[in-house]
Amino acid sequence: MSARGGSLRRAGKYGSIFRIRFLNGLQYRAAAAAGIVTQFAWGTMEILIFSAFYQGNADSFPMEMAALSSYIWLQQAFLALFMSWFYEGEIFSLISSGNVAYELCRPLDLYSLWFLRSMALRLSRALLRCAPILLAAVLLPAPYGLALPASPAAFGWFLLSMLLAFLLVVSHTMLVYVLCFFTIDYRGVRMVADSLSEFLSGAVIPLPFLPGPLCALAKWLPYASMQNMPFRIYSGDIAGMELQNGLLLQLFWLAIFYLLGRLLLHRALRRAVVQGG
Amino acid sequence: MIELANIRKSFRVSRRGAGMKAALGALFRREYETIHALDGVSFRVEDGEMVGYIGPNGAGKSSTIKIMSGILTPDSGECRINGRTPWQQRREHVKEIGVVFGQRSQLWWDVPVIDSFELIRDIYEVEESAYRKNLGRLTEQLELSKILRTPTRQLSLGQRMRCEIAASLLHSPKILFLDEPTIGLDAVSKIAVREFIRRLNREEGATVLLTTHDMQDIEALTERIILIGKGRILLDGPLSALRSRRGSQRTLTVRYAGSLPQPCPGLRVCEKREDRAVLEVDTAALPVSEAIAWLSGRVELNDLSIDSQSIDSLVAELYREYAI
Repeated sequence: MSARGGSLRRAGKYGSIFRIRFLNGLQYRAAAAAGIVTQFAWGTMEILIFSAFYQGNADSFPMEMAALSSYIWLQQAFLALFMSWFYEGEIFSLISSGNVAYELCRPLDLYSLWFLRSMALRLSRALLRCAPILLAAVLLPAPYGLALPASPAAFGWFLLSMLLAFLLVVSHTMLVYVLCFFTIDYRGVRMVADSLSEFLSGAVIPLPFLPGPLCALAKWLPYASMQNMPFRIYSGDIAGMELQNGLLLQLFWLAIFYLLGRLLLHRALRRAVVQGG
Repeated sequence: MIELANIRKSFRVSRRGAGMKAALGALFRREYETIHALDGVSFRVEDGEMVGYIGPNGAGKSSTIKIMSGILTPDSGECRINGRTPWQQRREHVKEIGVVFGQRSQLWWDVPVIDSFELIRDIYEVEESAYRKNLGRLTEQLELSKILRTPTRQLSLGQRMRCEIAASLLHSPKILFLDEPTIGLDAVSKIAVREFIRRLNREEGATVLLTTHDMQDIEALTERIILIGKGRILLDGPLSALRSRRGSQRTLTVRYAGSLPQPCPGLRVCEKREDRAVLEVDTAALPVSEAIAWLSGRVELNDLSIDSQSIDSLVAELYREYAI
């Protein structure tokens, strides 16, 4: 078989893993409906709180109300893509129970396999949830709803940045999975990773709202390359030179996380003690 | 062909005593102990052989299987299976082997078995026609037709094990590692699984390496056994050689009336009650027929049975002999 044929076949087997995982994620309709309601309620609440502050003194805030509302609605709609605390319990149990042995006797690359699984699950969840939230948010009156993107170009950069952020979030979860090979109980690693990433990615409040020095530091950290970047690009809050540098920074962190994850997994498997005889 | 030469693997295990003091002490100073799971293991299995790999718990059986499956990397030593080193050429290697870990599951818990099978087909890039043929054969021989559409979580252990075995064979591997394939199964399922493994070896010429604690598996399936203990190979040879170690000892269990006198040479009383006795006969000194004649001349025999040593107790004796 030619090299080209070989690579097509390979896409086939990883493709079918992606497919079965994706379809598996699509079957939970009740969870999706509940998720939509929760996200919508949560977004509304956040906007009400922020608007109360804005009515006090709009000038002392680092983002315009309309940009902030867009940020919050995008965040709620695409929560499944960017929530950094979301893992597959099955992968943790594969590692801690030793069932990872079966994954290793497949002609597959374990990193790619788990990366794809995580992507597929997040995409299927996001697909089920995003449309109703986006639609409802567009219909809300300004400045409380989801505004149109700042410009067609901003929208294009937003899509690209969203892709990079999504891959970065998945490679971040991969790092957490891989670190679990080195500890007996995964909860410690997970708790630290979750707290840091949740706060510093702008999932709790957008990063510009952090105090000056912390904000200046946070924008260089990998977490700022997650949801912070695309959502602020969308409303024009990040543009021009800052946008270019931001995308480069996203690429940089993605490469680091990806390579680090692969390297650590390689080392973990070299010294693996597959638990339980 | 499978060749292992001087394979070594050690693990570091942390230890501490019981109680608060030891637990607090371990915060500052950890004590580790190095366990030599495999301490220079060598053997060779030809194509089409069926080998029983036995040994007590913790002897190193599973570690060997994991090394041969490319999951573990040994500290030193060589292993070549069909010309490849498993842990170096893992992906090419695993395409040619099938592995069943009796204590683990490879089927997806929430989806029907057939979905897991189709995913495995895609992962191993099995041609559709070959897949259909294998699936048909496995469905028939392992009686899967009724359970293929059931989610794995609703299968009984026996049903699941049959599916696990089928899942490991969909890509027609020529080498099969079975790690305790009959563990926890009832008598009927055990016999079905054994029968299937035997056919696979006889009819398809598959090379099978089987670990088990069930000596009936060994008796029913294998011609050759490899005994491992404390990470070393202690015995490697035909099952008949092990059988012949049973030697000249036979056990007589008798029910009798009267009083049993002092036994004659070649006969030894192991257990004696009012109407029942267990005697050991050394047939080299005293043929069984003479022992019976001697007994019936002195007491009234109501019932009598002759047993040679079971393979279970033989293996237990081997473990004792090698102090493992």
